[in-house]
Amino acid sequence: MELPNFIYHHLLSWMIFLPVIGMLVISVLPNAKKEAMKWVASGFTLLPLLLGIALFLNFDRQEAGLQFMEQYSWIPTFNIHYFVGADGLSVTMILLTALLSFLCIFASWNIKEGLKGYLCMFLLLEAGMMGVFCALDFFLFYVFWEVMLLPMYFLIGIWGGPKKEYAAIKFFLYTLFGSVLMLVAMLAFYFYSEPHTFSLVELSKPGTLVVKDLTLFGIALSAAAFKKMLFIFLFIGFAIKVPIFPFHTWLPLAHVEAPTPISVILAGVLLKMGTYGLLRISFPILPQETYWFSYALAIFGLINIVYGALCAMAQITLSEKKGGNDLKKLIAYSSISHMGYVILGMSVFTIEGINGAVFQMFNHGITTAMLFLLVGVIYDRVHHRKIDGFGGLGVQVPIYTGIVSLAFFASLGLPGLSSFISEALVFLGAFKVYPSITVLATLGIILNAAFFLWALQKIFLGPLNQKYINLKDVSARELFTLVPLGILVVFLGIYPMPVLDLMKQTLDQILILIQAA
Amino acid sequence: MGSVQLNLVLYSAEVILLLTLLFSLVVSMLSKNRALTLFTALLGLGLAFIDACFLYQYMPQFYFTSQLSHDNFSLFFKLFFIVISAFTLLFAYESKEIDQSRFPEFILLTLSVTIGMSTLVASINLLALYLSLELVSIVSYALAGFRKENRFSNEASLKYLLYGAAASGTLLYGFSLLYGITGSLNLYSISAALGSAYMEPFALYAILLMILFGFGFKMSMVPFHMWAPDVYQGAPTPTAAFFTVAPKIAGIAIFIRFFFTVFSNQTTTPGQWDAIPYLNWPVLIAILSAATMTLGNLSALFQKNAKRMLAYSSIAHAGYMLMGIVVLNHSGLVAILFYAVIYALMNFGAFFVVGIVGNTYKNEDIENFKGLGWKSPLLAIPMAIFLFSLTGLPPLGGFIGKVYLFWALVEQDYYWLLIFAILNTVISLYYYAYIVKEMFLDRPQDKTQVHVSPLATGILVTLSVPLVILGIYWEPLYTYLSSSLRFIVTP
Repeated sequence: MELPNFIYHHLLSWMIFLPVIGMLVISVLPNAKKEAMKWVASGFTLLPLLLGIALFLNFDRQEAGLQFMEQYSWIPTFNIHYFVGADGLSVTMILLTALLSFLCIFASWNIKEGLKGYLCMFLLLEAGMMGVFCALDFFLFYVFWEVMLLPMYFLIGIWGGPKKEYAAIKFFLYTLFGSVLMLVAMLAFYFYSEPHTFSLVELSKPGTLVVKDLTLFGIALSAAAFKKMLFIFLFIGFAIKVPIFPFHTWLPLAHVEAPTPISVILAGVLLKMGTYGLLRISFPILPQETYWFSYALAIFGLINIVYGALCAMAQITLSEKKGGNDLKKLIAYSSISHMGYVILGMSVFTIEGINGAVFQMFNHGITTAMLFLLVGVIYDRVHHRKIDGFGGLGVQVPIYTGIVSLAFFASLGLPGLSSFISEALVFLGAFKVYPSITVLATLGIILNAAFFLWALQKIFLGPLNQKYINLKDVSARELFTLVPLGILVVFLGIYPMPVLDLMKQTLDQILILIQAA
Repeated sequence: MGSVQLNLVLYSAEVILLLTLLFSLVVSMLSKNRALTLFTALLGLGLAFIDACFLYQYMPQFYFTSQLSHDNFSLFFKLFFIVISAFTLLFAYESKEIDQSRFPEFILLTLSVTIGMSTLVASINLLALYLSLELVSIVSYALAGFRKENRFSNEASLKYLLYGAAASGTLLYGFSLLYGITGSLNLYSISAALGSAYMEPFALYAILLMILFGFGFKMSMVPFHMWAPDVYQGAPTPTAAFFTVAPKIAGIAIFIRFFFTVFSNQTTTPGQWDAIPYLNWPVLIAILSAATMTLGNLSALFQKNAKRMLAYSSIAHAGYMLMGIVVLNHSGLVAILFYAVIYALMNFGAFFVVGIVGNTYKNEDIENFKGLGWKSPLLAIPMAIFLFSLTGLPPLGGFIGKVYLFWALVEQDYYWLLIFAILNTVISLYYYAYIVKEMFLDRPQDKTQVHVSPLATGILVTLSVPLVILGIYWEPLYTYLSSSLRFIVTP
């Protein structure tokens, strides 16, 4: 595919700022033109997706370094640049963002109240997410990272469920707390690098970061200890986003209260930012500290896998009064469990492990998006999410049942579907390094299978609940959002190479950096 | 040019302000038209602004027999205060709290404070300093009690007066002691005297505390902040907006000038200072700064009145700005100036919206903001910008301001203070977002429409748009402010 030069040379910038243009267009449209607004929004999310496909086609898979780079001086006195680029790590995330954003506009078709504000916020959110994955200047990264917060706050807070206000502010406070810690680390990096720089590329080069001993709270702190402190700061910032236990408490609340498309974006894209940040910033800039922290990271991964799965299980066993019996919550907790695999894969520094981790990020983005969309479909019809409030729907809505089964099986890691491959890679890689942790982590697979199958049984099998004899099956619009994801799940389960090829070289490079340390 | 003329030229902006003050009084007597009076005052302020811009061509020098200093520092603040008072007059014009017939009085008082402030930041002599500080204070008491018939306004005025009198008395006592041990009123001579001989640290600490009381009172620094919430809440909203921005910043400006001229020496590295050896005042300021921001933010958390909440928030922001003084270097001070500009925009803006909403509801309860985003987005969206900027979220100016302050701390390894600051940022989000929540997340409860005039819309745009722009591109402002930090280092 041939693209004109002014697009090709600024591909990533277009992907970041097209949604912003869309936002401006929508903001000047008259309030009454609701249909027009939706189509404009879908157009301005389709364009980045098309550019994403162009990126996918033109991406050089043999190159480990950055491609499609653009660098302009932004604030020269402080060496801040507008610096974007994509490598194997970010390209998968960029594609995921473009795809999910486009599909989510269609999942938002039923939003009535304040549609204009909703679409504007949504497009701003997309721009922020794209920016985070493209940015190569820490300052720029931070700005995009925070730019996402505002629309997210409003999207949860205005269009969310009954406890939306609490959910929105909790999400906001948690994430802000994490990001101010990141800000400290960012400024410290700037001052301890020679020459002072925010460029993630420069900072990743060994020898750029020269930390000196200092005194803190009246205690002498060696350079090594200080670097560890910076690593912890960054780690907390990213861990809140992933979220890693014990920083996860905002997640079930936010995911459950958010409207369906926003849950999709939260689980599908925002969670990945935490692990992406670790891989993009913590790992290359502080390789020694990463190595020092790796065992703890593996333990955190294990806790996430098992704890998340147990919480999801509790949604089936506990009654509604005790905070259980909620299908959306079940999926939210399963996300925690699945992100645990990513953490575990990252912590072992083997080729299989890290590839599995990033591939799992991508797969989880797709499967969890499907799951949340599917919950949205049923919620739109019956207005509740009680797991034991359905029963026997399989007869009534066969297509829906089929897609849910596919999504559930994909999530629990059935061979032949995409998550199986990434989870298998993670376990392969992890077993070499931490056999005992890995064995314990396989418990997560069993638990995952258990609660997904149990939920499937409760909702779709058995005699049909008489309340739902008039339930309609998935509509064409809903199918449109679900089918592309379903196809990807199956296709990547059989032939994962298109995605694995993209990231392999870059991830090898990161491993070499850490192994050198 | 003779030296008398030169002196007057260097002081011409203040002279123009004085003439404006008189002239608008005359205009108000001849015509009952408020708009005309306002126009006269604004015209005068505009002239003073242009005049001050022209003053940049004169070399930095002392004038009025070394009472005042003409330098970039004082010029910048001159411009700054002129702009703030212009906005204050516009605000007062829009506000229903200011009695129509007494609008000229308001102009008179505001312009007097402005003259006081711009003289204050140029003062390099203890007497001139004290005199101009008193000009600011005494007129402020009158401004605080502007709503004569309102009980809270009277309380505010009296509280301000009593507290202010105590503060300036203490300050004066500190000055007299300083004069006693150094034998000079000129800041530079005092500095030289302190630098050349060993002084009894106890006496110096006593002096330091007294002076801190005086200046700290103006900038509402803990523990001299007790007056602030009541005064800001009781005073008419335009006055409160003015107080939280102008005299506070003036306090910080003179604080910078005084401490960096008297209590520190420029070291060999350009842009770095040392506290004079036997007086470790930076640590004291660091502790007060941490206390100020923490107390301000924690008290703001559970306020039900928007004005009172913003009052506490303005205390917290004084704490943030103090951080820049602690680090004793150029970047810290520029960070303060940068923050001052941003803070003026966002804090004034927030008060302005509170004032407009208050016009309709006759009180400033946060409840009134319920559903404002759905009723009049033109008011609510700028308010959201002001509040998020006050929190310090990118891509808004408040973020850049904070980054520069943090930056200065990291540069000097002041991590403990930094930790305080970032925790405070997170705390502050809660109460700023609370208003945003009321505006957007809640639906309107009543049908009351909030009227926003075209002039008010214009003001909101001029305050909020720069905040967004400065959040994205701020290099020119930073460069300008960096050059504004030149006060004459040696006499």
